[in-house]
Amino acid sequence: MRKGIFNRKTNAVRAVDGVSFTVAKGETLGIVGESGCGKSTTARLLVGLEGIDAGDLIFDGDRLGVDLSLKDLWDGVQMVFQDSYASLNPRLTIEETIAFGPKMRGVAADEARRLAHELLGRVGLAPARFAGRYPHELSGGQRQRVNIARSLAMKPRLIILDEAVSALDKSVEAQVLNLLRELKDEFGLTYVFISHDLNVVRYVSDRIMVMYLGEVVEIGPVAAVWEKRAHPYTAALFAAMPSMDPDNRTEVPPLAGDPPNPIDPPSGCRFHTRCSFAEPVCGKTRPKSVAVDGAADHDAACHMLDPISGHSKSAGGSRLEAAE
Amino acid sequence: MTDPTANLLEIENLEVRFHGERTVHAINGLDLELKSGEVMTILGESGSGKSVTLKALLKLLPERRTAMSGSMTVGGIDVMALKGRALSDYRGKTVSMIFQEPALALDPVYTIGDQIAEAVMRHERVSKKDALARALDMLKRVRIPSPESRLKNYPHEMSGGMRQRAMIALALACKPDLLLADEPTTALDATVQIQVLLLLRELQKEFGMGIVFVTHDIGVAVEISDRIAVMYAGNIVEEGTVGEIIKDPRHPYTKGLLASNLHDADAGETLSSIPGSPPPLDVKPDHCSFAPRCAHAEERCLSALPPVFKPGPGRRVACILEEGRAPQRLGQRLPEPA
Ligand SMILES: Nc1ncnc2c1ncn2[C@@H]1O[C@H](COP(=O)(O)OP(=O)(O)OP(=O)(O)O)[C@@H](O)[C@H]1O
Ligand SMILES: Nc1ncnc2c1ncn2[C@@H]1O[C@H](COP(=O)(O)OP(=O)(O)OP(=O)(O)O)[C@@H](O)[C@H]1O
Ligand code: SF4
Ligand SMILES: [Mg+2]
Ligand SMILES: [Mg+2]
Repeated sequence: MRKGIFNRKTNAVRAVDGVSFTVAKGETLGIVGESGCGKSTTARLLVGLEGIDAGDLIFDGDRLGVDLSLKDLWDGVQMVFQDSYASLNPRLTIEETIAFGPKMRGVAADEARRLAHELLGRVGLAPARFAGRYPHELSGGQRQRVNIARSLAMKPRLIILDEAVSALDKSVEAQVLNLLRELKDEFGLTYVFISHDLNVVRYVSDRIMVMYLGEVVEIGPVAAVWEKRAHPYTAALFAAMPSMDPDNRTEVPPLAGDPPNPIDPPSGCRFHTRCSFAEPVCGKTRPKSVAVDGAADHDAACHMLDPISGHSKSAGGSRLEAAE
Repeated sequence: MTDPTANLLEIENLEVRFHGERTVHAINGLDLELKSGEVMTILGESGSGKSVTLKALLKLLPERRTAMSGSMTVGGIDVMALKGRALSDYRGKTVSMIFQEPALALDPVYTIGDQIAEAVMRHERVSKKDALARALDMLKRVRIPSPESRLKNYPHEMSGGMRQRAMIALALACKPDLLLADEPTTALDATVQIQVLLLLRELQKEFGMGIVFVTHDIGVAVEISDRIAVMYAGNIVEEGTVGEIIKDPRHPYTKGLLASNLHDADAGETLSSIPGSPPPLDVKPDHCSFAPRCAHAEERCLSALPPVFKPGPGRRVACILEEGRAPQRLGQRLPEPA
């Protein structure tokens, strides 16, 4: 399974610009990044809900619009949306919502209902109590689980989970993450997992992709990205995780300054307006994505990593230490 | 201003029941107190009644299908008795809320700027121009990028995280005495989240505002709050300072919840979660709601409500395991030791 290059341009916002990545079959790719940086837009592009202005989407070897229709794509890809409330039909009961997709595909009503009940049970919502309820009669976390069950009912090969566990308490979250892992092992599912909870992303992902202002700034295996934090934005992001020590609260945010305007993004490296290592070259030239420490599967786009960029810290390829 | 030792918020024996095809006993005799200038986080099971408690405080529950009893006062105002003009003055000015779902708070047909300005004009005698200036200032304070142009955005033109920040701006625009914040930072990345938490802490000091904060993220609770209350099945099962709850959890549910945190879990390892599922809530609990899932449950846990022990000031634990540890206790019915 491969995703090609997206390049979605609008007059107003280039929500996602020149993003290129692949997701291997059976793997979980975690996407993290600044809010508003284009994660949900990337997700909607992947499921064909957002038009691609330039670039390609390749799913299982087939190119969307060439040898793959939107309908084919939807047969294999499901998405769990960030806004659990807006994505449920208020006039359908939970059971009807989950059974709807399979029924449209020709599954008998009885069977679709049985499936809906089974899935409700697996996401921890006893069908006897919840099947007949309407979305407004559920709590936020309960609705989120309905959305997960609905996507599973379509038996997809790729599921895009956009903040899909953010409203769950830690115990239910653990239960849902265990379920996702079981299903992955059972059916060889592939996940794209978008979350702001870095602990969750670290736990579920094989690889992490870090985005800033519509661009990918770093991508690589989870352990490598976690340890090296090669891009200064990655380092700032990880440093901003809440402290777990009440006697040692965060006093100063690791990333100051305002996020720039996505309508008119900064020149050169888009992070240069907030980066503590920025030098003149950063405002002028867009950094190339280069291998971090020569690792073939770990890339980051920062001049400090590119020996020929002219950044003073790049001489001899000396690597940035993770910022405190 | 108000006496700092007086309670800003007092909830006593709150019960909320929904009638529909089936009855849901969402809140079951909840007590909660908050001093002004204090930040309290409610942690708890999904579906345990956190959002319902906050909505009850704003009288936002569907009136015809909801039965409510008990008492709630905010700054001396009897919330149960509020209606009409007094209620609309109270909402947004005395108490305001950051909702779990931005879709519920933001009106899709008005721009963000107009919505904030309108809220300001409803509570203060200011011109539209001044109200818009306040809106702009609030968007800046919550770190929305290019705030001037975002003023003119409709909610659907913003990302999830920006909508949430817009809602925070809306809730704070009238400097409420009490802020109810229902998972206000879940859609924010770590760098913005910490900025918003620091901002809330700063405004909270500046305005002397009280905050009831709901989150599932224990790290966030640690960053923002003075105290933590843990909810299960429509009641508070444990309360204490942040340090007490994190370092010395006493209730088995609190312990299970903290153990489920995947902070140090290795990829691929099965995460620990509390076995079983929460109670149906179709009848009012008459015994410990956690008993069916509790490894320490005894016969009496299933036959009567556990007494509430108060091991220290502001500390409470509703579990028989406290017996013998704690000197004082509340609970009228004290079950005989087995
Ligand atoms: N319908 C739209 N019209 C105009 N701009 C839009 C629209 N939808 C999204 N955008 C803009 O595109 C950018 C990326 O948005 P997106 O929702 O992909 O962000 P995100 O990374 O998912 O953020 P979050 O973490 O806050 O959910 C944002 O600047 C947003 O304001
Ligand atoms: N209008 C309603 N009608 C019937 N039941 C409802 C209604 N609103 C909420 N409930 C039920 O009341 C209980 C408490 O809901 P509430 O939204 O307060 O949960 P919560 O603690 O905020 O959970 P979460 O963490 O998942 O948001 C849940 O079991 C929910 O299903
Ligand atoms: S390229 Fe320059 S501005 Fe961009 S992250 Fe690297 S050092 Fe900072
Ligand atoms: Mg998003
Ligand atoms: Mg809730």
